[in-house]
Amino acid sequence: MCIDCGCAGPDPHHHHDEPQLGKTVRIEEDLLAKNDRLAAGNRRLFDGHGLFVLNLVSSPGSGKTTILEKTLGDLKKKLAFAVLEGDQQTSNDADRIAATGVPSHQINTGAGCHLDAHMVGHGVEHLDLAGTDILMIENVGNLVCPASFDLGEDFKVSVLSVTEGEDKPLKYPQMFRASDVLLINKIDLLPHLRFDLEKCKEYARRIHPGIRILEISCYSGEGLEPWYQWLCEQVARKKAAQGK
Amino acid sequence: MHELGIAQSIVEIAEKNARQQGAKRVLTVTVEVGVLAGVLPEALEFCFDACCRETLLEGSRLRIQQIPARARCRDCHQEYELKSFFDNCPACDSTVGDQLSGEELRIKEMEID
Repeated sequence: MCIDCGCAGPDPHHHHDEPQLGKTVRIEEDLLAKNDRLAAGNRRLFDGHGLFVLNLVSSPGSGKTTILEKTLGDLKKKLAFAVLEGDQQTSNDADRIAATGVPSHQINTGAGCHLDAHMVGHGVEHLDLAGTDILMIENVGNLVCPASFDLGEDFKVSVLSVTEGEDKPLKYPQMFRASDVLLINKIDLLPHLRFDLEKCKEYARRIHPGIRILEISCYSGEGLEPWYQWLCEQVARKKAAQGK
Repeated sequence: MHELGIAQSIVEIAEKNARQQGAKRVLTVTVEVGVLAGVLPEALEFCFDACCRETLLEGSRLRIQQIPARARCRDCHQEYELKSFFDNCPACDSTVGDQLSGEELRIKEMEID
């Protein structure tokens, strides 16, 4: 549909014969090109260190920070972690991560609703990447905007908790399509809720047929073992690929 | 509201190109936005005006050309329009299609003075 006039003409590119106002200059540049270039720079930096990088995305309150705390606590003897925390305000999450003894840095986006590759490039200057196996980037809690911004990560991991609706993948398809892994969190609460787990998985696969789905609870510990196993495998794969 | 960042990109790219052309000011900027690009045209226009202040684009007009989303069915090879990411093929109801367009986010051209 044409947003100038609302008409549903056959040619969506029509201009209503708008008068030429000046000299026309063709540009043809992708609007996310700058972010994509910076993300490619981050990726080269990460690859050079054989560093495995995840970008954790979800709505606020789905449990991203708790998953990090639990994962770091259980695996920090096995893998060297570093964490970048993204929030609009406060260093509360970085403080929670610091309490686990893992190096972390907080990025405050201010009015910004997502992390971008530029912020991450500067954020990692505060971390010692050479001694790190895996970098976890916790994005701003938002299921819309972070989907469009590549940070240079290996994979996006979406977190969806069972206290949200099972139809989240259909409501926010962009994010679930961009994610390689879906963590369905807080499954210890399932007996108390009307959350249809099978339907949720079916919706996620409808959006992204190849998505890897793991069901976890940081409270009961259920399902964490396959998540940890996947992390260890991916770290080993990344190191092997970079000859580290 | 990532439209704000997108609008900043438009102004940055247009201004850089305008300076290269020796333009006094930019009159219009045309962008292509796919209907599934996750960008709201109204929000983009709103942010654009704010980002143009005190640049060569001050007072310029943003023309947004929406690009429809299309896909080709993997089973019957029919091409069809996508209203969302998970539309089935209207001909054979297959759930697998390869998306051909609809996620564009591109500055196409501008008019300068």
